[in-house]
Amino acid sequence: MKKKNKLSMVGTGVFTILGLVYIAPILIVLMNSFKKKVYINKEPFTLPTEKTWNSIENYLTAIDKYELLSAVGWTVFITVASVLVILICTSMCAWYITRVKSGFTKVLYLLCVFSMVVPFQMVMFTLSLVADRTGLNTPWGIVIIYLGFGAGLAVFMFCGFVKSIPLEIEEAAMIDGCTPLRTFFSVVLPIMKPTYISVGILETMWIWNDFLLPYLVLDLNKYKTISIAIQYMKGSYGRVDMGAIMAALILAVIPVIIFYLSCQKHIIKGVAAGAVKG
Amino acid sequence: MEKAIRRYMPIFVLPTFCAFILGFIVPFIMGIWLSFCEFTTVTDAKFVGISNYVEAFKDTIFRHSFWYTALFAVVSLVVINVIAFALALALTQKMRGTNIFRTIFFMPNLIGGIVLGYIWQLIFNGILAKYSTALGLNEWYGFWGLVILVSWQQIGYMMIIYIAGLQSIPGDVMEAAQIDGASGIQRLFRVTIPMMMPSITICMFLSITNGFKLFDQNLSLTAGEPSKMSEMMALNIFNTFYGRTGWEGVGQAKAVIFFVIVVAIGMIQLRATRSKEVQQ
Repeated sequence: MKKKNKLSMVGTGVFTILGLVYIAPILIVLMNSFKKKVYINKEPFTLPTEKTWNSIENYLTAIDKYELLSAVGWTVFITVASVLVILICTSMCAWYITRVKSGFTKVLYLLCVFSMVVPFQMVMFTLSLVADRTGLNTPWGIVIIYLGFGAGLAVFMFCGFVKSIPLEIEEAAMIDGCTPLRTFFSVVLPIMKPTYISVGILETMWIWNDFLLPYLVLDLNKYKTISIAIQYMKGSYGRVDMGAIMAALILAVIPVIIFYLSCQKHIIKGVAAGAVKG
Repeated sequence: MEKAIRRYMPIFVLPTFCAFILGFIVPFIMGIWLSFCEFTTVTDAKFVGISNYVEAFKDTIFRHSFWYTALFAVVSLVVINVIAFALALALTQKMRGTNIFRTIFFMPNLIGGIVLGYIWQLIFNGILAKYSTALGLNEWYGFWGLVILVSWQQIGYMMIIYIAGLQSIPGDVMEAAQIDGASGIQRLFRVTIPMMMPSITICMFLSITNGFKLFDQNLSLTAGEPSKMSEMMALNIFNTFYGRTGWEGVGQAKAVIFFVIVVAIGMIQLRATRSKEVQQ
């Protein structure tokens, strides 16, 4: 028993070091976000000294000059709105196509599964044309695009769960006089709560970090997401302000870490559940 | 009951259905059609047969990007899965702090590709500067840079799937093997890995298709430097579309080729590992 204990202590020690190495890249960026920009490329691995210290100037530049806060705002808006719409619409759709057996529902299900394997590059050009033509190139319109393009995975996962709900529960509700709508919202929806969380988390991770779809769809003069804003800082200005980029990276990572630490358990469960179904 | 639900079709299905048509079906069909056309916008599309495909196959940079991507996908598949599996094995042992370690290893997965690319660009360029060189000067620096970046991002994700798989192995199977006198290594190769085949299938499928579809990280880490030599397929297609006018048709043809390759590789991979799965 004693020997085992020792082994586990060694294990904990080794993994503590590994863990520190693992988060080192983020810490290095954090450290550099407080340095003056000329020193970042020259000596990225040293702690800020009195000479290189720039306090929060980089953050102010990122916010003032590159409008990072509005990018964060739009990203939050697009993510929250799209995920909510996806959850409600696709779960209703999945319930319908599992409960009603017809040629139409079968084809729709197969198309959803098919859409999961199609890489975005296949439709990117035509999708941005469609979005332009139909006026969906705003943060409100992009919600519909996300519903359409993200429907595949969500419908697939919800269908997998609906199949495991015993039919009797719903039948009882309907016999008691519930309309299908009421049956869905007061009987089916509560049972599916774990699946809502899993799907919600997978879609949140995707939409929050997505770069190419909003880059091609949104009207970039008016709206930018965080990823787009950071890409712009690097791309379209003559001189790259490394300080502001470091600050922007940190500002982009902070919401993610807060989200992660506050619902870590659900995230890990959601990922495991999503993979088993996939 | 079915009849009653049927009447509610417009409420339940129509929103998703319409968005799906608009966001997927129409762009997909248009995409296939346009790959046989010459165009700059859709209204001036002119049918040109397979000449876009001929052009795409003649493009040496596109062919280079295919081999570069394929090699990347295979290397990253091996690195990610071996390390993730080892971590999953270690972190399911009795040890203090396994939950915290799982949390840490998973975290990079939530960070977006663009952000990841710039984080690592700083680090790689900082290291390479000591040898007076830089990431954008050699395609293989970019290659290994991307392998490290993607491993850092995805190991945690695959590890979570492997841990879920390990935890679902019934304890009595392990015990039986132990009583029969199987050594640790024997148990790993004869019991654990065969029982884990469903998880391994999923992880390999995810990592190889992710490897092929990689875009954001490629764009932000190297952007194809030096002179398009570290450009992967997805980025090559993007640059064909938006880099020069008049090449949209070729870009769309490349996109169709890319789609076929991704689907084919996914299918082959699934078939290859599914056949090794055992009934539990």
